[in-house]
Amino acid sequence: MSGDFSRQLDDSNMGGTRSLWHKIHIDFTLFALLLLLIGCGLFVLYSASGQNMHMVSRQMVYFTIGLVIMLIIAQFNPRWFMMAAPWMYGVGIVALILVLVMGVGAKGAQRWLSIFGVFRFQPSEIMKLAVPMMLAWFMASKLLPPNIKTIAQALGLIFIPTLLVMRQPDLGTSLLIAASGLFVLLFAGLSWRWIALALMVVLAAAPAMWYGVMHDYQKQRVLTFMSPETDPLGSGWNIIQSKTAIGSGGIEGKGWQQGTQSQLEFLPERHTDFIIAVFAEEQGLIGVLMLLVLYLLIVMRGLYMASRARDSFSRLLGGSLIVTFFIYVFVNIGMVSGILPVVGVPLPLISYGGTSIVTLMAAFGVIMSVYTHRQI
Amino acid sequence: MSFALKDATQEKDIFARRAYLAAFCVIGLFIVLAWRMAFLQVTQHEVYASKSENNRVQLQPVAPIRGLIFDRNGILLAENLPSHSLTLVPERIDDIEQTLALIDTIVGLSDDEKASFNKRLKQWRRPYEALTLKYRLSESDIAKLTVNGYFMPGVQVEAELVRHYPRGSDFAHVLGYVGQMNEKEKKSLDAVQYKATRRIGKVGIERYYQSLLHGDVGYQKVETNAQGRILNVLERQSPKPGGNLTLSLDANLQQAAMKAFEGRRGSLVAIDPNTGGVLAMVSSPSFDPNEFVNGISYKSYNALRDSLDKPLFDRASRGQYPPGSTMKPFIGLGFLESGVTNWQEGVEDPGWYKLENDERIYRDWKRTGHGHSIDLRQAIIQSCDVYFYEMAFRTGIDKLHPFLSRFGFGQNTALDIGNALPALLPDRAWKKQHRQRSWYAGDTLNLGLGQGFMLVTPLQLATATSVFAAKGKWHRSKLVQFIGTEPLVEETKPEDVIIKNTDDWDRMNRAMEGVISHYKGTARKLSENLSYRFAGKTGTAQVVGIKQHEEYDSEALLERQRDHALFVGFAPVDAPEIAIAVVVENGESAGRTAGPIAKTVSDYYLASLKSKAAKNDQ
Repeated sequence: MSGDFSRQLDDSNMGGTRSLWHKIHIDFTLFALLLLLIGCGLFVLYSASGQNMHMVSRQMVYFTIGLVIMLIIAQFNPRWFMMAAPWMYGVGIVALILVLVMGVGAKGAQRWLSIFGVFRFQPSEIMKLAVPMMLAWFMASKLLPPNIKTIAQALGLIFIPTLLVMRQPDLGTSLLIAASGLFVLLFAGLSWRWIALALMVVLAAAPAMWYGVMHDYQKQRVLTFMSPETDPLGSGWNIIQSKTAIGSGGIEGKGWQQGTQSQLEFLPERHTDFIIAVFAEEQGLIGVLMLLVLYLLIVMRGLYMASRARDSFSRLLGGSLIVTFFIYVFVNIGMVSGILPVVGVPLPLISYGGTSIVTLMAAFGVIMSVYTHRQI
Repeated sequence: MSFALKDATQEKDIFARRAYLAAFCVIGLFIVLAWRMAFLQVTQHEVYASKSENNRVQLQPVAPIRGLIFDRNGILLAENLPSHSLTLVPERIDDIEQTLALIDTIVGLSDDEKASFNKRLKQWRRPYEALTLKYRLSESDIAKLTVNGYFMPGVQVEAELVRHYPRGSDFAHVLGYVGQMNEKEKKSLDAVQYKATRRIGKVGIERYYQSLLHGDVGYQKVETNAQGRILNVLERQSPKPGGNLTLSLDANLQQAAMKAFEGRRGSLVAIDPNTGGVLAMVSSPSFDPNEFVNGISYKSYNALRDSLDKPLFDRASRGQYPPGSTMKPFIGLGFLESGVTNWQEGVEDPGWYKLENDERIYRDWKRTGHGHSIDLRQAIIQSCDVYFYEMAFRTGIDKLHPFLSRFGFGQNTALDIGNALPALLPDRAWKKQHRQRSWYAGDTLNLGLGQGFMLVTPLQLATATSVFAAKGKWHRSKLVQFIGTEPLVEETKPEDVIIKNTDDWDRMNRAMEGVISHYKGTARKLSENLSYRFAGKTGTAQVVGIKQHEEYDSEALLERQRDHALFVGFAPVDAPEIAIAVVVENGESAGRTAGPIAKTVSDYYLASLKSKAAKNDQ
């Protein structure tokens, strides 16, 4: 079965170049697809930022840093990640606690940690890598498929950072961190009975979440998602404007830099979370489908690369990271097009912002590493 | 825990199966996204395309420019000046507190301005809507803000046309002013016409001629961004500016009249008897109408409202005073008309009058009396009360009331002074209804002196004097002479006052001239330096009722309890050009206070007519 999968997406035809790329531990196919996506992203950003070359060049700097980090991480043998996993996880947990105690933030949320007042970073970003690593490390040391005890311990490992991030409060990121951990469990062979049970628990817990855990602004987002038209100029504004942008683009789009919704600034957050609406308005359905295919190819290639890794740790880590990447894409496009509530998730490698780019490129570095270090 | 050996192949197989499953799910979810996008971009395309177009293109109303107001000589009384205000778009400002502090150091902000801005900030508004922080920026404010603009994104200076009254307080009551439209007014006005209008006439001419001055709203189709900033005008239908008004008022005469009051409380109305055009209409003290245009501060408003002098009150059209002896020429004509007396009959005046079967003593203002044989001419000149008691008794209310009402007393006859009061001309029916008593002979005696129940406004008194000067020919009083270039037409007017013997007009005029020129005349002071024939009549109106047998001691009375001084007059007697009514509140002596004001105004006007005529001859 795995053989079939490998054959479908194999790159054996790369011939001589393959060995050259493998020497620097880079998968050419994934690298090419990422470069294509990055190029596409810069092209959209130029229009979405209102022809702001300054913003585009900063984004290029972020990509350069991201690519260098990816290249460096790809050089590490997955064994190093395995050794580092518990440490990263531990440091991450401490940092998250520090954020709650002494973090800085804006708009009623504390997400940043300032180091000596010069360098600021979001510990939750570390956890996006540290949680799947920790879970992969943990599961790889157990007998698979996992038994009840293993599952319970794994859930505990996921639950702690999730809760800490949720307290910041950052519901979107906390759910994505939880998802990245759960994907490890799923790839590890969590039985269907447990999956079905978990779904039931989630459904049953939803009311408790609504009344106990969620903040007012989070509830507002959900309510707005249910019916944005009830508050067309308030919190429903974003979603109405983004749907209008997408819908008015039609099949062929209004043309690059011609989107009235975005160029006339009706669309909020147009260069960050809502950038896909700019793209959809200006490039139309044809452009959107091409972008979706590009994302699909990246995810498929990533899944293939993970499945070809040499051990359970590498496979589980790679698989979790690439599926999490997909979840980012799905949640972002889903929320902008109005089928999911608005949560602050950027569109991977397209939205403006350095933190997200660096984290994502680091994740791709890990995927490159597990794929290119399979020969023992 | 049982230690089992990890099976690498099995784990790899599990992963592969799950990877397949993941791949299927991923493809499935991508299809969901693609389907959703296709739904929005293909199925719903029309809906969203029109929504986007509506976003981009807006039909905006354009406010018309308000009509200008000129005096009879073309002097501008109400104009529109560009005014700059400072607006902020909170969404574009990172730190509002800091920005406000910065603006405060640049142009200075009052506590009022800060408070009302912070209040507006908390209220709901459309995202990116600009809020006004400060109105009426000076040139130097604008320059300073422009220089510092770079440091303050989201801070803008916006221009609009704002009403301005160059003659300020001289015309406050008669012109009125415009102010911010309130919710109630918005509902009562045409929603389409007033869509872009922010201020409307609140009182005076500005209110009476509101729809005419306003003009017709225009429209423009514009491309705007989300902040509402206009990027491109696609189509435009210009607004029709409001009509200009030319008043019959003479700005310099009005100013001279205002000045003549020297800040005393009172009112003057001057009318051209040939047309009914109001030449001057003064209510003193006054206020600056410009303060009301952008919204007066509470402090200034309360000061005006609570002032004992009541500067906001329009005494000319709404102040109601007992006319006193200024009624005597009208009533005297009434005596002749009803045939109870003639110019020859004399009455003995011992200083008091008494009705048969009535204990009450009716005093003459002169305690020693005016003499043995006082005829109508002398009764006017000396303002003899006993003569009028006797003749009023003989004539009776049923003849007196209809005759007086022919001069417009008890009615608002003005053509375009909307809020003028009708005041009060009492009769039997009125007393029955309002006092639940029948009409007594004593009431007639009081009315014969212009006292008792009767009340007039200065405007009414001037109108009646003007009709009198024109020998009964009626013109309704009007402020506006031309709307644009069209003269204001008087469609209906009261019936002219026609008397049996038209000579009586001239004889009464001569008697009134005697008030000024005769050595016993109550306004003989006015004859000094008089270069034309001036007819007039003085009057005093009691503010405090004097009980029987009580001494009237003006020294002891507080200033505000002194009698009101009144004066009516017209000039020149043979061809009247101006009829004047003056009320000086607590002025006490009409000959010394109200009369000189009337003379100043009459002198000024007749001199200006003369110089105009001289200019035309050249």
